[in-house]
Amino acid sequence: MSTTLTVSAPVTNSLTAGKLPKNSSLMVLLASWLVVAAFFLVINLAGVTDGFNWAGTLFFGTVLYCIALFLFSYFVEGIRRAKDRLVTALVTIAFVVALIPLISLVGTTVINGLPAFLTPTFFTESQRNVVGAGGGALHAIVGTLFVTGLATLISVPIGLLTAIYLTEYGIGRLAKGITFFVDVMTGIPSIVAGLFAYALFSLLFDDPGIRFGFGGSIALSVLMIPVVVRSSEEMLKLVPNELREAAYALGVPKWLTIVKVVLPTALAGIVTGVMISISRVIGETAPLLIIAGFTASMNYDLFSERMMTLPVFVYNQYASQGTDAQAYVDRAWAGALTLILIVMLLNLAARLIARVFSPKLGR
Amino acid sequence: MTTAVDRIAIKAKERPGDRIFSTATLVAGGLILGVLAAVAAFLLIQSIPAFVAEPDDFKGDFTNFWSYVAPLAFGTLWSAFLALLMAIPVAIGIALFISHYAPRKLAAGLGYIIDLLAAVPSVVFGLWGIGVLAPMLQPFYANLVEWFGWFPLFAGPVSGTGRTIFTVAIVLAVMVLPIITAICREIFLQTPVLYEEASLALGATRWEMITMAVLPFGRAGIISAAMLGLGRALGETMAVAMVLSPSPQILFQLLTSQNPTTIAANIALNFPEAHGVGVNILLATGLMLFVITLIVNMIARLIINRRKAFSGAN
Repeated sequence: MSTTLTVSAPVTNSLTAGKLPKNSSLMVLLASWLVVAAFFLVINLAGVTDGFNWAGTLFFGTVLYCIALFLFSYFVEGIRRAKDRLVTALVTIAFVVALIPLISLVGTTVINGLPAFLTPTFFTESQRNVVGAGGGALHAIVGTLFVTGLATLISVPIGLLTAIYLTEYGIGRLAKGITFFVDVMTGIPSIVAGLFAYALFSLLFDDPGIRFGFGGSIALSVLMIPVVVRSSEEMLKLVPNELREAAYALGVPKWLTIVKVVLPTALAGIVTGVMISISRVIGETAPLLIIAGFTASMNYDLFSERMMTLPVFVYNQYASQGTDAQAYVDRAWAGALTLILIVMLLNLAARLIARVFSPKLGR
Repeated sequence: MTTAVDRIAIKAKERPGDRIFSTATLVAGGLILGVLAAVAAFLLIQSIPAFVAEPDDFKGDFTNFWSYVAPLAFGTLWSAFLALLMAIPVAIGIALFISHYAPRKLAAGLGYIIDLLAAVPSVVFGLWGIGVLAPMLQPFYANLVEWFGWFPLFAGPVSGTGRTIFTVAIVLAVMVLPIITAICREIFLQTPVLYEEASLALGATRWEMITMAVLPFGRAGIISAAMLGLGRALGETMAVAMVLSPSPQILFQLLTSQNPTTIAANIALNFPEAHGVGVNILLATGLMLFVITLIVNMIARLIINRRKAFSGAN
């Protein structure tokens, strides 16, 4: 019997049998792009469209890639593998799709913003008596620094103390309630914070047309405090309990333990959290539009008169364009570029601080 | 018996410093609850004149406050709904990509790139939406209306500027994307590794492992992430105010130049020029927005908190 058995040619590697070759998905992707590109090139040469359709090539090429990959895989590897490959492709595409607006947004802002941004007067002059081109955003930058700075001064002590309460003292219902409502507060729409500041101060000062920088700081604080609480709380929770117990064992009072042991250990993380929370509120437009208003002049006094801020400057330049519209649009983009730069720098600095100064807990 | 013994805590001597410090932290914590209450209270006080306002006080012909706020509330919910419809699948895809598909070393960096989207100020999104996205989409809209105009949502006439509620929904989707992604990513990473390894060991493909282990585990997290994104989309102001060309009525058409506007955008556009009862009316619409977002956020947080307590992850 055994002599009559015929053996088929040995499979070179049984583990890869019934599978697509290793780099097949990449190949299929390139092939589908090429096919669609060829199609659009033919159409273009025939004169149906004007110019080569890049967006169409990438879009339809990617769609073709999904279909082709699924079919290839289905016939070689079966339906389960085919589905897996399709989902892998879709998930990767989802990530790339999310990058497109980010790249487009940053690119446009840099390209459109640079001309006015590089004007020497942009950082040295206000918009006072400026019609058409020229002038700058100094009043807005100063206003942003003042308003956000004061908001930080208000939010950090309150937020930090609350975080300390939640981690070190809080037990029972009150602590749970505060945690819950802090989370809920992170979702308050920014414009509602502005309306709150307006409602509060117009009632206090009995002035229905009230606009001043301090109100903007209060509105931003409402938005900032929950972020500070959440990030500081996370950082304080990371401080190992052994440190606290060692301090207690030496007879150190609880409050001194917190001030001298717990806070310094968590300091880097707390600073990072504060900087990220600043970067969150520094770009807020709506509340400042409502309570700080807009002006073309310098104002160094937080407690009287309207105060321009950078986000409102961007909005205002775009919304009320003068006769020389291009100059206003240019300034709007330059303001947006400044804003993005500030936010990115804050984020970057925060990450650096977190990386350099974080306590090395691991062995 | 043992519990009775445990109850007797050793009381440390309370120094004045201790008392001052603990009181200060308690006051700060209480202040936060106070602020939340104050937001509701002051908005309510200032809104009362709006509820009894005469028809003449409203911009446009509305008989009372509720008929004024209804189209705005509709626009707010409609645009947020459209935005979530686009954002949720993409966000889940990104979260899966970062948590389960991307190379381990790259994952953190890729997550940071998506977080960068959250750092872009909303006014810049508005500028981008009106300056780049709307003109880019307009020819596409024209084709859509031409070919699919029989479908009620895509009915014409097409907007000549591209500043439609659909464009707004795309901008909003981009803005809520990082929020939903961040939470989904966290939840997906919490999936017990044993479940994942068990399904892989049984011969499941990666996608089967995700549908069997990761997604069922993360379902509550995905829902609450979506609701937090909804809260953000409902309250987003500047992007909508800048991109949309508004008309206060209830309309489902996505691509025409007649679009329902949102509460927040309506406030931002009209507040600087408002006076008298007009201010109170805008504040009252703000109160409505506050109530809507508060409810959405509370439900989302309740789901997340329940999940935290019962999940096997911690």
